[in-house]
Formats: sequence, structure tokens, C-alpha cells
Amino acid sequence: MYTFDLMPEIKYSKDYMNSITIKKDFAIFTQQPELSYLDSAATSLTPRCVVDKIIEYYEQYNANIARGVYDLSEKATAEYEESRRATATFLGAQEEEIIFTSGTTMSLNMVAHGLQHTLKDDANIVVTAMEHHANYVPWQRMSRKLLVESQKDATKGDDIFRVVDITSDGAIDTNDLAKKIDKNTAIFALTHVSNVLGTINPVKDLVVQARKINPNIIVIVDAAQSAPHQKINVRDLDCDFLALSTHKMYGPTGVGILYGKKERLEQLEPFITGGEMVARVSHKKTTYKPLPYRLEAGTPHIAGVIAFKEAITYITNISFDVIHAHEQELISYALTELSEQFGDNITIYGPQKPYDRTSLLSFTLGNIHPHDIASILNTESHIAVRAGQHCAMPLHIDTLGIPATARASFSIYNDKNDVDTLIVGLKKVQEVFMK
Amino acid sequence: MNIYQEQIMEHFHHPSHHGTLDAPTHSYSANNPTCGDEINIDMIINDDVITKVAFNGEGCAISQATASMLLEKIADKKITILQKITVEDITDLIGVELSPNRLKCALLSLETAQKALSHPTDSSLT
Repeated sequence: MYTFDLMPEIKYSKDYMNSITIKKDFAIFTQQPELSYLDSAATSLTPRCVVDKIIEYYEQYNANIARGVYDLSEKATAEYEESRRATATFLGAQEEEIIFTSGTTMSLNMVAHGLQHTLKDDANIVVTAMEHHANYVPWQRMSRKLLVESQKDATKGDDIFRVVDITSDGAIDTNDLAKKIDKNTAIFALTHVSNVLGTINPVKDLVVQARKINPNIIVIVDAAQSAPHQKINVRDLDCDFLALSTHKMYGPTGVGILYGKKERLEQLEPFITGGEMVARVSHKKTTYKPLPYRLEAGTPHIAGVIAFKEAITYITNISFDVIHAHEQELISYALTELSEQFGDNITIYGPQKPYDRTSLLSFTLGNIHPHDIASILNTESHIAVRAGQHCAMPLHIDTLGIPATARASFSIYNDKNDVDTLIVGLKKVQEVFMK
Repeated sequence: MNIYQEQIMEHFHHPSHHGTLDAPTHSYSANNPTCGDEINIDMIINDDVITKVAFNGEGCAISQATASMLLEKIADKKITILQKITVEDITDLIGVELSPNRLKCALLSLETAQKALSHPTDSSLT
């Protein structure tokens, strides 16, 4: 029988109290006090202030934006644009560089579609082996279109779409990067943080390295997994585009951000056309509005965009310093305890040093399939973890050579008790399979 | 409810008809992209009877155990028996209620076996 070496309430009382206080902000814990929610990398829980703001819109100024001249619409529009201002400040961008989308996937597809017309026949596209499908498939498809358009031999596909290897410690292999990027590389798409390995990529340095080889390279950063955990400044990263989803950072589902340098956004052919993005439409011709509106066709998720401002305020009030310290403490504890308790039976993927990673860990336990791990953790211990390939099939199959992993991801509302619960839960999983 | 009942774990640890066949007349492979389960089913069909059948692949206990149970049910049976097996038959076979996501794991082998019927191999032509 497993016994605790540490009494978390005593040794970690400060930490414990913090998470108890923070848990009060999330109504779901009132409904489900037993819940150990360890799937924040898929979607974070939503604090009351965000939920309240959504309700406020529907109850107090429910109107379409940028259309009506009546008070309700003016109020909704003002709130919507206030969110854009807050987002711009949060990311260190200008307001017109912030486009509201439906999520990271939409943002990245908008860029891939929008830049297709800029590709020259001899162009190539570089991604990394640790990309989520959202930052992989659009570029692969872009390369296949280029292959057809440039009438190249189909066997040249690998030369047009290049995948940078990762090291055994789960970092981007910079030597391979130097080989894959050349003067014809038009696009370099990379994730800021891996959703499987937890690796924090040194984006700023990699951008410098890429631009040394090709100053005109367009760098696209998938910040879906980094934005909830660390301060992002787009000017500092010096990327051309950056995409994120609000639902991973305590905001609503169905809202994403596309940041682009103004001159790059101007290059984008709109992915979606229609209402509200046009300046003038006639039977002969249509002209578009200036940024950011020409990339926001149709009625957006108004309530969601407005409520995202509350998520930004929520994060800012806690501060990234506190979030980072809390999450680092948790991931260090989890890495140490899981290794100690399960020894050679557990394989944890990605960087072994906690400060090289965010607060998630993907693992396998003996030869127990991750789906079984997640099922048993759910039914026996009220623990929510992700199992499968986490939308990163090339990383699992081609690079790591494993069919699937289980993933536990930690957030501000988690504490060391959740790690201890996970350990007890995993012991139960082992028991089921030992019978 | 605990879906890891004795019967399922028994089939998972000691599966029937596990492996591959030499010179199958029919064969099909399928996967479940959300969880990474993969399964391949080989069959030898003579006069509309499945005389031999085997599965291999990687997957969770539910998908592996269901495959074992399904193949026991169709071995030495007419192909019409396999064609008529429904989702309800599979859930009856397992004997526990599965969530929609886990049901996909349980149905992978049925889908693969039924598709194998319309996928003759080269050796079936000789």
C-alpha cells in the first residue's frame, strides 16, 4: 500500500491555500468538488468573471456590432473594440494587428490560405516535428497546392514541405533547422510550446537563426499552449504571425486571436469574404475595408470576444509571475513524484528539467494503453486526463514511434493534492491490469 | 461503472485468434485516429464460410478484448453471420455500458471485420 512521504497540507500549506482560494473562482468545483481537472492543455476551466461577462452581453446589450446606430449596438461595439485594445496591450501589438477569429486553427488556416498567392514556384515550407495538426496540416496542404501549381514532379513533395527534427530531450534540433531552412524557405511555422512534450521553444532565438539564412522568411508561431502560461510580447519574439485560442486561457470557447505584423496582414488574401469586411460592393467589383475589419467577415462570437477581456484581466490580476511560479512548483513535484513512485514503469516524454517545459506531462505506464489509463482514472478517481495522440500524430508515430500517450496538464486551480490523487489513481490502474 | 470486468481482462490478457494468417483470402486494416488504436484482420473464406480468422494490432483493453470476443463469434461461421452483427450485438457481447467515445474502441474490430469481406487479397485470386 502506498503511503505519502509528505503531508502536502503541512509542507505546502501556502500553495495549498492559494489553490483553494483560486478554486472558488471556478463554479465547476462547487458542482464537482472531487474533480481533479488535469486537462487544461485541451481547454481551461472558466472563471465566474468570464461567465458573468457573457451573461452581461446577452442580458444588457445584446446587439450586433458595427452596424446599428442605436445605443445597444454602440455599447456592444465599444465593448468589442475594448477587447481588441486589451488584447493588443496584452500581446504588445497595435490594435489593427489583432484579428478576432474562431480559434488557433482558424487563425493558422487564414494565414496559410492568405499567403498561398505570395509563394514563388521554387519556395519551400518548414515546420517542426512537434507541431499540433493545426500548425501542420495547413502548411502541408499549402505545399501540395504549390506542388500542383508549379507543375513539379510529385516526388519533390518532401523538398517543398520540410520537417525539422527534435532532439532526444524534446527540443527543436537547431542543426537540422539550419539544414532545412534555405534562401527559398518562404514559411517557417513553429509552436511556442509543444502540446505533447511541454517543451518551451526559444522562439526569439530561432527567429534570429532563421532570418540569418533568409531575411524574408515569414515566421508563424502557434502560441495556443504558451499564452496561458507566460507573458508574450510579439515585438520581442519578432514573429510575423502569432495565433492563440482564448478557451485555453480561461476565456470562452469559439474565440481565437490572429496577430500579424501590419504589413504581413495586408498581404493576406481574406479566407472568408462577405458582410462587414467590405468597403464597397457593386455588381462589377468589391473593395475591402482596412485592417482589422477586412479579415473579420460576418458576425463574430461577440459575447466571447467581449468576455475574453475579463480573462485577460483575470490573468493580469494574478500575474504571470505567480502563475509561472505555481505551475513550475507543480510540474517539478509531479515529475519527481511520478518518477519516484513508478520508476522504470513510467516513461515521461519531453524535457526532463521542469524549467524547460510548461506545466504538462505526457507519459506511458508500462504497456497499458493510455485510453485505459484515462478511463480508469475517470471512473475510479474523478481525474480528467487526455489520452491519445493529442492532435500530434506525426510526433507520436513518426518521431517518438509510439501509438499514444496519456497527458496530465496543470493550471492555477490545481495543487499538489491533484498530483497525489493522480499517483494513487495510477496505482489503481496498475492493479486493474495486474489481475 | 467499471468497464474492466473479468471477462474483458481475460480476453485482453489471453486473446483468441490473435496473430496473422498465412495466405489469407481477405484482409483489412483500420485505425481510430483519436486514440491511435490500430487493428488488422485476416480471414480465409471458403464457400462463404470464415474458416480461419486472426487479428493483430495495438490498442486499449476494450478494443483488443472486443476483437477477441468478436472473432470467437464469427470463426467457422457463414459470412452472413458477420454481416448481420450490429452495434447492439457488440454491446451485449461486452456486457457493460460504454460511453460514446469508448464505444468507438469496441466497434473498431467489427468495422474492420465487415470491411475485410469486401477486401480480397491477391492470394484469393490464385
